[in-house]
Amino acid sequence: MDKFTQHAGIAAPILRNNIDTDTIIPSREMKTVSKTGLADGLFAPWRYVDANARTPDPTFILNQAGFENASIILAGDNFGCGSSREHAVWALKEYGFKCIIAEGFGSIFFRNCVRNGILPMVLEKQNIAELAEFAEAEPQKNIIEIDLEQQLVGAGNIRVRFKSDESDREMLLNGLDPIDVTLKLSEDIAAFQQRDQMHRPWLY
Amino acid sequence: MPLTLFEKLWRQHAIADLGNGEYLLNIDRVFLHERTGSIALQSLEASKRKIAEPHNVFCTMDHIVSTKAGRGDHTEMPGGEAFITATRESANKAGINLFDINDPRQGIVHVVSPEQGIALPGITMICPDSHTCTLGALGALAWGVGSTDAEHALATKTLRVKKAKSMRVRFEGQLAKGVSAKDMILHLISHYGASGGAGFVVEFAGEVVRDLSIEARLTLCNMAVEFSAFTGLVAPDQTTFDYVKGKPFAPAEHHWQAAIEHWQTLHSDDEAHFDREITIDCADIQAKVTWGTSPQDAIEIGAGIPKAIDTNKAQAQQKALHYMGLNPDSELAGLAIDGAFIGSCTNSRLSDLREVAAFLEGKKVASSVAAICVPGSSSVKRAAEAEGIDTVFIEAGFEWRESGCSMCFYAGGETFGSGKRVISSTNRNFEGRQGPGTRTHLASPLTVAASACAGYITSANPDTCTTETCKPETSQKDISHLAQATQDKARSKASQFKDTQYSTAKAAVSNG
Repeated sequence: MDKFTQHAGIAAPILRNNIDTDTIIPSREMKTVSKTGLADGLFAPWRYVDANARTPDPTFILNQAGFENASIILAGDNFGCGSSREHAVWALKEYGFKCIIAEGFGSIFFRNCVRNGILPMVLEKQNIAELAEFAEAEPQKNIIEIDLEQQLVGAGNIRVRFKSDESDREMLLNGLDPIDVTLKLSEDIAAFQQRDQMHRPWLY
Repeated sequence: MPLTLFEKLWRQHAIADLGNGEYLLNIDRVFLHERTGSIALQSLEASKRKIAEPHNVFCTMDHIVSTKAGRGDHTEMPGGEAFITATRESANKAGINLFDINDPRQGIVHVVSPEQGIALPGITMICPDSHTCTLGALGALAWGVGSTDAEHALATKTLRVKKAKSMRVRFEGQLAKGVSAKDMILHLISHYGASGGAGFVVEFAGEVVRDLSIEARLTLCNMAVEFSAFTGLVAPDQTTFDYVKGKPFAPAEHHWQAAIEHWQTLHSDDEAHFDREITIDCADIQAKVTWGTSPQDAIEIGAGIPKAIDTNKAQAQQKALHYMGLNPDSELAGLAIDGAFIGSCTNSRLSDLREVAAFLEGKKVASSVAAICVPGSSSVKRAAEAEGIDTVFIEAGFEWRESGCSMCFYAGGETFGSGKRVISSTNRNFEGRQGPGTRTHLASPLTVAASACAGYITSANPDTCTTETCKPETSQKDISHLAQATQDKARSKASQFKDTQYSTAKAAVSNG
């Protein structure tokens, strides 16, 4: 898994609540059995006037001058709700996003981010509004800096502390493969299942 | 110490406390489908890891499989065939239980899971599909995950999971006639918001839930994810045990008594503490329909669109209304529709189809409406056909399909078309969910059927509606006026439609 330690980048505010994974990557953009080839379809319903012809919609922030190379999204509440499709995270990652800052996340999407080295960060609405205002003023210059170890966001004079669970932080900072980590507990798993089989033999 | 049902299930599956609220949980069963399971299987193969317990892993073809008669691997979605063949190849190689396209057990994953006895009381179960929460209806701790976590569960039979908080939602009182589990869950989400359940496992309880059939409980739990809950749960009871008994993957006869004794302990203790409690008086629930692009945008059929309370909400509402082709003063009752869809893991089980068939008997779908029914599984389809339900649907003017997820979402194949207004028994009304520009109104199967016949959004039981536009004795004129206006609209539309739009809508439906 990719590591996330520190990042400095351009932030694109998409300050809506309930941005669902169907919007992040519509099902029709999941064309092959693959984790790649998805960046083009990212936010397709909003990014293109005509998704088939890939005609950009100039009103969408990622098509606007200054935000072309955005690597951070600022959003409202419940970002990534809806379908469990991990393709939403794979598409964001392939496009170049490293961190999503929102008031809250869909729980499956949040897990998927951590599993793929993208930092899902929860901040208060007021803080997100301040960061958005800062980024929008001069997107190319007004870079947002994130330090996961310190759990700190910096942007101009703004300094905000964020919370991240220690286990998620450890996974992201070290780029650990969760299966490898779990398999270290193989003996505990085997012992549990041996006991469990006595209690619930119908499942074995 | 008194414990909640969730706490009991959690403790029974916790292998290790990993610290910071994270646990290693034993995962009893895994279900996959061709859309997201294919990549998990393929990725596992690439890493040279093996599935820990193949006989407890199940896979079906539902998401992009064609629902046309005589179907094979070809899908309406371009390139979809590759998902099907890749899944089949990986599943066969891994030796898991595959319900392939022509297998009599094939169907939508969360419809097949209970009917085959794969989801059981007291088990943990995951699927790379957000509606896995449906199975909480049986008292299983079941939730949706991404493909990477599915791979983890396949390889280790465990998952690293953050413990959620607990919420209990009690539905008390009595449901009015024609009001269903779908209306109950839409009512909850509309009152507490689409993120109202975030961070919680929600146990549905109360006398009304106890009286619901298993199929209705499945509908209730299905939309727990639309409430942003980690999952939904209903404590198993005699109704559950009777439902599960004899199912192919349920405990065999010689284990049955022990299983029942275990399952009877699976309920929240009297004094158990919940982090949040909500009580809903079911007398307040009427048939619902959504006006916007989130399941929280549900209102009583005769009610007006609520006024936004602040600028942010007003902006969001404006965007949603614009997409839906409505304005803040639009009324849903009487709004002409182009399509009606009955299907999905929310509402496509035999009891749903029976209820709709009883309503449709002797009625006709309005000529301006393309109506489609997609049974939830091949078993549901066969059972419905044995009762003559297919004939009732077909004679009323519905298309009767093979089972699958179909037009619950758009994968690039079938859609009702851009700008088309569809009343749908599904779970998501997101922008573009049923196709680019398609306008989805969520409702119960009965409301979908009533609206399909009327040609406009209406309740199946207007006499149970408390709002003015629905009440026949106080506003008979209003209704007839509305109906008349809509019929006129539909008629003038139909005259154009006949040659252009309507034939396009039909063509989109039949040709993809």
